[in-house]
Amino acid sequence: MALLQISEPGEAQAPHEHRLAAGIDLGTTNSLVATVRSGQPDTLADNHGEHLLPSVVAYAESGILVGAEAQQQHTLDPHNTIGSIKRLMGRGVDDLRSLGDELSWKFVATDSAVPRIQTRRGNVTPVEVSAEILRVLQRRAEESLGGALSGVVVTVPAYFDDAQRQATKDAASLAGLNVFRLLNEPTAAAIAYGLDRDADGIHAIYDLGGGTFDISILRLNRGVFEVMATGGDSALGGDDIDHAIAQWIIQQAGIEEVDAVLERQLLQTARSMKESLTQNDSVSISISSTGWQGELDRAAFHQLVDPLIRKTIVACRRALRDAGVSADDIEDVVMVGGSTRVPRVRELVGEFFGREPLVDIDPDRVVAIGAAIQADMLAGNKPDEEMLLLDVTPLSLGIETMGGLVETIIPRNTTIPVARAQEFTTFKDGQSAMAVHVVQGERDLVTDCRSLARFELRGIPPMVAGAARIRVSYQIDADGLLSVEAEEQTQHVNASIEVKPSYGLADNEIADMLRASMEHAEEDVKLRLLREQQVEARRVIEALTAALAKDGEQLLNDEERKVIDAALLQLQQLADGDDAAAIEQGIKSLEQRCDFYVERRMNSSIHDAMAGHNIHEFETLEES
Amino acid sequence: MLDLSKNYFELFGMPVGYVIDIQKVQKRYRDLQRVVHPDRYVNATEQEQRLALQGAAYINEAFETLKDPLRRAQYLLTLHDVDFDPETETTTDTGFLMEQLELREELSEIPRQAEPLEAATRFMERVSTMFNRLISSIAIDFEMPDAKQLEEAREKVRKMQFLKKLHAEAEAAEARLEEEAML
Repeated sequence: MALLQISEPGEAQAPHEHRLAAGIDLGTTNSLVATVRSGQPDTLADNHGEHLLPSVVAYAESGILVGAEAQQQHTLDPHNTIGSIKRLMGRGVDDLRSLGDELSWKFVATDSAVPRIQTRRGNVTPVEVSAEILRVLQRRAEESLGGALSGVVVTVPAYFDDAQRQATKDAASLAGLNVFRLLNEPTAAAIAYGLDRDADGIHAIYDLGGGTFDISILRLNRGVFEVMATGGDSALGGDDIDHAIAQWIIQQAGIEEVDAVLERQLLQTARSMKESLTQNDSVSISISSTGWQGELDRAAFHQLVDPLIRKTIVACRRALRDAGVSADDIEDVVMVGGSTRVPRVRELVGEFFGREPLVDIDPDRVVAIGAAIQADMLAGNKPDEEMLLLDVTPLSLGIETMGGLVETIIPRNTTIPVARAQEFTTFKDGQSAMAVHVVQGERDLVTDCRSLARFELRGIPPMVAGAARIRVSYQIDADGLLSVEAEEQTQHVNASIEVKPSYGLADNEIADMLRASMEHAEEDVKLRLLREQQVEARRVIEALTAALAKDGEQLLNDEERKVIDAALLQLQQLADGDDAAAIEQGIKSLEQRCDFYVERRMNSSIHDAMAGHNIHEFETLEES
Repeated sequence: MLDLSKNYFELFGMPVGYVIDIQKVQKRYRDLQRVVHPDRYVNATEQEQRLALQGAAYINEAFETLKDPLRRAQYLLTLHDVDFDPETETTTDTGFLMEQLELREELSEIPRQAEPLEAATRFMERVSTMFNRLISSIAIDFEMPDAKQLEEAREKVRKMQFLKKLHAEAEAAEARLEEEAML
């Protein structure tokens, strides 16, 4: 007689479900999406077989166009066609002045810190424009994989500051994507290369994209990618080469007035000249309006681009110094980004590092591929994978002190996540409030750094000057995003904090955008909120069930187990209902009841990691 | 979290002391991060993610402290209950202070030297030698950390702080010189 298998609740673990995940490279000029299928990472093509999606959004009469279709509108309708939006991510209205003369759009003044671009379909923020691009990539991935994505890894330039990262994450949220992680582009490229070659040692990743430049020095050691230093310029890229050529044409051809349409045409001409010069020694052009004809040869081209490339080399030098290594220590130099196709870039970078740069993975696709590998791992599809990324913060984070000076709290190139705190005191008797100004950058003066946020700590109990101890804590998470807290220590007063991001969107602004985007999709906001809570509840239930199956027996007694099982069941029932607030409450209450268990689990895994050590250590002692 | 209230040496499973095996520290660091890093908890509950974030930040801090000769010394002083505030501590050794003044003057002259980059390199080497001498001798102080030895260690830490700052300034000066030459 056959025995029936006994199944205890919570024990019957469903076979691990393969979660669909994707890596997205949200680029200045082009964007891509990649996934890992049957162990092979690759970028995904659209219906026409194109992998690259031009990062252009057109607010046309007929609707919102993204990609090649939008690009066709660019010269015809420059005011309603938006490209290179990445350059504006996380930028404030004030920053536009430095980029201003290159931009052909009309900006609308509002009381928000975030600039809004006027289009015929309403005013849009850079976050919304980016979300349109992300939606197209999301659709492409979901159609290709045949299901909804459980999460994505979105890449950002390593040199992006906090506001730029936050804006990128906001764009993904607005597009309805669950962001597993923001990943630095050069680190993504290193994953694609490193796992491919199994190459231990120190590597330099030189990433020159359309609008950003990054250099990262990292050490690869048995699956651990340890970024030693990173540097760059978040407003330098191939676009600048195009602008330099366009300027040259304007000068040579004696063009006096440049309107938005002509500027677009010139930039397109410049770009094709740049591309042509990768193959040919010279390129000839003619401008129909003035009848001017000319020729740009390589030597003249080098004169135009060398100053830009030299800027990147200076950043390379600095990154090497920060990493504490010299050019000789570098095993490989990996070239990433479309602009590294320019032979002069390869030549000068090769000269500086004293070796031929690696170009064997398509420089346009390598970042998305690395992101896909990371996304696949984070989704939990490779539970035994040994890969570990240890990245750094690119810019120093500080606080404004008396006299407009910056006091650094977290220096650049500190490994993240990181938490650091500093104590400050009052300088007046009975002072009840203190202004905290969070800045990012390497300079000594606040005015030379980037302002990230300001807040006021209120409710400090009355004390004589210098008696209060106000602890300001900075924390950077694994996405490179900062959060700040302040607390008065002597009386443990939890004083109120109001954060005003200097260049970010406030929460209510994001909610408004979400509502606006819902109208287009004819979907109810409430329904979306309910779905989000249901997905979250299912995620929590799944995570906890898996944990209980693994070590519930060992770490919990019967009593404790009963409490958790009951809470689990309760959440399960709530999740089947349609009350979003109740589900949210249920998740919180389950998490509260599991607090102790989660701690026990973490401690037990630390304990196991250390136990493994002691045995190993004994062995090495024997050997030596 | 209980384990993270351990001191950095305990956390890394090493005896409390100044002399460390850096390779071992590196290996333990990676092993710890492999289990604690937030990347391992992307699908976990929010609270687990929070703990992972705190844990990984704590391990990073421990690693930074243990591998850095000055920070390690400062940390050991606090473990031995020496009340030490790096912000306000300063040496009163006038001979040392005089020497520091001279070195700073020398540093400010470097850009005007015939071969400024080489001068900067030589200067940094000298500062490093002085720093390394203090490292070797502070290691001995921490071997038998009684009140007298700890007081000596404290004085050496004060001097190391001076030298480290000087070295950083020399590095910055060298970087400026190099960047000027490149652009």
